[in-house]
Amino acid sequence: MDILSARDVEQSFKDALDGALVATRIYEREVGLKKSRYTSLWLDVKRDGFRAAILHLCQLQEMPHFTVIAPVDRGESVDLLYHFSLYHGHHLKAIALAIRVTLQKSQLTIPTISDIIPGAIFAERETQEMMGVKVTGIPDDRRLFIPDDFPQGVYPWRRDETGPHDMLRVLSGRQGIQHE
Amino acid sequence: MSDSIHKTTFTMPIGPIHPAIHEPIRLDLSVDGEEIVDVDVAAGQVHRGIEWIGMNRNNPVQSIYLAERICGICSACHPFTFVQAVEQAAGVDVPPRAEYVRVIVAEMERIHSHLLWAGVAGHEIGFDSLFHLVWRVREKVMDLTEYITGNRNSKAMYQIGGVRRDITEEQVPTIQKTLDYYKSVFDELKKLLLDDPTVKMRTKGVGILSREDALRFCAAGPTARASGVATDVRQDHAYSAYADLGVQAITPDVLTGTVVGDTYDRIVVRVLEVKQSIELIEEALAAMPEGPILTEPKIAKLLAVLEKADGEAVARTEAPRGECMHYVRMKAGEDTLEAWKIRAPTYANLISVPAMLIGQQIADVPIAFASIDPCMSCSNRAVIVDRHSGARSELDGEQLHALSVEKTRRLNSELTGK
Repeated sequence: MDILSARDVEQSFKDALDGALVATRIYEREVGLKKSRYTSLWLDVKRDGFRAAILHLCQLQEMPHFTVIAPVDRGESVDLLYHFSLYHGHHLKAIALAIRVTLQKSQLTIPTISDIIPGAIFAERETQEMMGVKVTGIPDDRRLFIPDDFPQGVYPWRRDETGPHDMLRVLSGRQGIQHE
Repeated sequence: MSDSIHKTTFTMPIGPIHPAIHEPIRLDLSVDGEEIVDVDVAAGQVHRGIEWIGMNRNNPVQSIYLAERICGICSACHPFTFVQAVEQAAGVDVPPRAEYVRVIVAEMERIHSHLLWAGVAGHEIGFDSLFHLVWRVREKVMDLTEYITGNRNSKAMYQIGGVRRDITEEQVPTIQKTLDYYKSVFDELKKLLLDDPTVKMRTKGVGILSREDALRFCAAGPTARASGVATDVRQDHAYSAYADLGVQAITPDVLTGTVVGDTYDRIVVRVLEVKQSIELIEEALAAMPEGPILTEPKIAKLLAVLEKADGEAVARTEAPRGECMHYVRMKAGEDTLEAWKIRAPTYANLISVPAMLIGQQIADVPIAFASIDPCMSCSNRAVIVDRHSGARSELDGEQLHALSVEKTRRLNSELTGK
């Protein structure tokens, strides 16, 4: 297995994904007194090219280390950030990789990656229950953290009308949290 | 297993107060006699919506203290990760001395956490004298933590842009004295934990996680390293002062020559990491530069900077249980975080639990499950279902613990011929 630089990884995604890659960003930072470099790579991918991106990632390393999905409610859309770590085993050679897919609220679906990376199953179940994004083809559809008697159609991490705001108990003398 | 055989299985619920770690999680075990054929993990019984509070109520400085309370054992790793993520997103610098103080506190936590775990492991197999002994040894680092930070746990050391307390010149001899104590007892401790026939008998070949499965299920920390995956955030993504210190991931073959990926290997990794932490603290004390410990001591000024911040960042640290990750996104003009996602190590390691337990006996569940050092605040009980009739029955922690102790006694008497 060759260890590529962040720039080479970026280029390999550009070659492999073609038009499905919307934007890329490399973030570098000095760490420690010896001025070592820490690198992270951020890729914005269209939903259509998302599975191709994950399959390409698996070409770079036998099994890329998946960390978690971080979903963000951006108002009109929902961002899903799939966090990975490439190249373990060497001092500061690893690249923190984030693949972002932006989904319009009218169509909140994303294909599963659990068939490619089985360790992603918890994060996919959590994304479904917390953000209300349907993961198509998910092998285990059940809730993970939220109990079964929690109402359907309420998603704790959403900032719109599907958020849990109506369920909050506002202590007397305090203002409730406002939302649009 | 083919349905045509009509083998009788039983689903056994273990939890939500798990017998190994006194924290809420439920394991649903499908068993065929004594053998486990399938496992389902039911998490979520202590989900407290911490991320939601960080996104809707708290300002980032308040969220440091909230992050510190995600876990009562690793109360350094979460604030450590969180402040790094906010610093990167908002562009706040950290003085070099603060980075060294951060690392020293994090390594003291690793020593206490690994020793705590080793004691619990002893208790799980009914070896309570080992449990009491290891926990007595652990007290020294708890005393040191109190001496440095003012508290045994929930240390409140981490602040955005540095640390809240310095490690002064007059504190160094006391730290060194504690480290010398650990060095003097380390060989004895290692012998007790790794050479004892009872420990070996109950942990060798139990709860095996292959290297391939560790990679597929994205295991983290000592769980992954014991399966031969040389990953360690302190090495791979060296952060803070670790970038200067040069940490190397410890896999069990360093000591035993081979990687099995069983519970024993997970003990090997943790024992060796205690020594690694002692050395790291010594190195950090020697290399620690002079200078300030906080970029912006005035909280109001810091909050003003944070409110203007617009950006996102991800930070990872190596918690005692493995990779801990925080993602934050900040929006200018908002005093709370726009988004906060926490991925604690047990969240990842729970996915590997079924692979470890299938094929094991019920009496091996406590020690095998405990071997990932599960922390439920990071991420519930046992239910037994009869495969033939679908009947469910519950086994509580004490019954399960009694099964484990009985197995140790039985194997011990076989061993000694009494």
